[in-house]
Amino acid sequence: MSVAALPRGSLFAWAVPVAGVAALLLAFGWHISVGAKTIPLGTVMEALVAYDATNFDHVVIVDLRLPRALFAVLVGAALSVAGALMQGVTRNPLAEPGILGLLIGASFAVVVFVGVFDLAPPALIPLVAAIGALAAAVTVWGISTAAPGGATPLTLVLAGAAITAFLGALITAANLLDEETFEELRVWLTGSLAGRRLDVLPWALPWLAAGLVIAFGAARQVTALAMGEETAVGLGMNVGRLKALVLVSVIALTAASVAIAGPMGFVGLVVPHAVRLFVGQDYRLVVPWSALAGAAYLLVVDIAARMALAPVEISTGLVTALLGAPIFVWLIRARL
Amino acid sequence: MPTSALRTSQVAPPSRLAAEDVSSGYGGKVIVRDVTLTVPDAALTVLIGPNGCGKSTLLKTMARVLPASAGQVLLDGRPVHDTPTRNVAKRMALLPQGPTAPEGLRVRELVAQGRFPHQSLMRQWSREDARAVEAAMEAADVAQFAGRPVSELSGGQRQRCWVAMVLAQETDIILLDEPTTFLDLKVQVELMKLLRRIAHEDGRTLVVVLHELNVAAAFADLLVMMKDGRLVSQGPVETAFTAEALAEVFGLEASVVADPVSGRPVCVPIVAPSLAVAAQ
Repeated sequence: MSVAALPRGSLFAWAVPVAGVAALLLAFGWHISVGAKTIPLGTVMEALVAYDATNFDHVVIVDLRLPRALFAVLVGAALSVAGALMQGVTRNPLAEPGILGLLIGASFAVVVFVGVFDLAPPALIPLVAAIGALAAAVTVWGISTAAPGGATPLTLVLAGAAITAFLGALITAANLLDEETFEELRVWLTGSLAGRRLDVLPWALPWLAAGLVIAFGAARQVTALAMGEETAVGLGMNVGRLKALVLVSVIALTAASVAIAGPMGFVGLVVPHAVRLFVGQDYRLVVPWSALAGAAYLLVVDIAARMALAPVEISTGLVTALLGAPIFVWLIRARL
Repeated sequence: MPTSALRTSQVAPPSRLAAEDVSSGYGGKVIVRDVTLTVPDAALTVLIGPNGCGKSTLLKTMARVLPASAGQVLLDGRPVHDTPTRNVAKRMALLPQGPTAPEGLRVRELVAQGRFPHQSLMRQWSREDARAVEAAMEAADVAQFAGRPVSELSGGQRQRCWVAMVLAQETDIILLDEPTTFLDLKVQVELMKLLRRIAHEDGRTLVVVLHELNVAAAFADLLVMMKDGRLVSQGPVETAFTAEALAEVFGLEASVVADPVSGRPVCVPIVAPSLAVAAQ
């Protein structure tokens, strides 16, 4: 159902978003309460509303668990919105920061930066990630347009796979050569919310905010562009400017999430497709719902990552990949 | 708008859209050369010509999808390529060739896209938009499918949905690039009847690229023939659709006869009976 199809002021029009936000808050509370020691939801609320520094549970919640929950919300929203925009603009159901090589590009840049400069300033990490993501995006685009037949969904995905394999090999090589530096990055490189990057968070937030603002602003035009480029021109859209804006947004969102949590694959693929099943093709709905659903999705995935083999913790990125890969295969069968 | 404008004032029909010495193409390759065409208002203009003759390229250049490498396209006297694109979209709509809707898009959502140039971040969906969308779906006879996914419909129904989208744009001028390709003849005729009604009853200006010669002859008010990127002939069907013209433009040997019902010309390819049949 699109906005256009709903009568104004209907119960459904506001009840559903309210229920969505409520579900997100519930997942957020649940995420914080789960852990080595389960803390009741009541105590979680108390710690957030009336913090008591002498209460050990409160300290655990605010210092350890709250940042992790926030990371999940931010990264889940950012990657889902980036995936939704990429799928809309490229008209490619498989487009996503991970599959098209942006995540590995950003990660590679960060690995090189941190490996070369021992005291890498956290303020620069999102910028370095953005440069890496942009370079990867340009390379993937270049490879696929040079392929016979041009930039089709298939050549884009293949070029993304090539870049991912190539940069992945370089990262592994660097890892073997310098194990000490990489001890810290090893977990981060699998996509982790385990909170080592609290220092980066304030520097990633502006990138994230900019990416989201552009995404929300461009949503209406992305819907029209999804009808095809010539149609969009006929409707009076400046297609070149929109594509540039969307690229900026996707790069900023990817950079922010890589800086916080490393390459978290498949989130941007799974969430927008699920959202479209419910809200349709209007990006004025797809973008905000992807943000909300992406945040909730990563919270729940992270709960699973911590609970599945408790007390051993699986990296969150591994769980998103385990869930994402079958959906990827299904999309290839159904859509490509 | 009187529909007889074209016939009564043959010398200078009123025109809001014109191409002046336009050349254009892809990359460095020139496909359309020095075409000058004045599109009559409130009439159905049809562009025909063999494959690769540049008819679609000309239409795309008039629609500002492609730049003109020489000459200019004038819309209301101003070069269309220099006019803010949204401003153009309020006066001229385009239905591209073989458009595809995203998977799962519903008919009403597709038609609603036609309101794009009338909206902005500040001015989102309005009562006026809702009225235009309903009216467009009614006119294109797709209102009964409003809630269904476009991809579930037949080719002809789908094409009518796209026509409804450009109608919802509420422009006086509509350009359509091969809207009847891959449709059954009956469906082609129904779609062309719809387009003719839009031109004659609503007084809108339509420029349509067509492939099927007899469909073009049956519906065109102004018939424009192109070959090798140049405009070869233009005029009312009665004078433009001749055996000589078909031979010159298409290399087609055909008899042109009058349709017994409408009196409009129809072409029948000349085919000598096969020797095997003649021998029997």
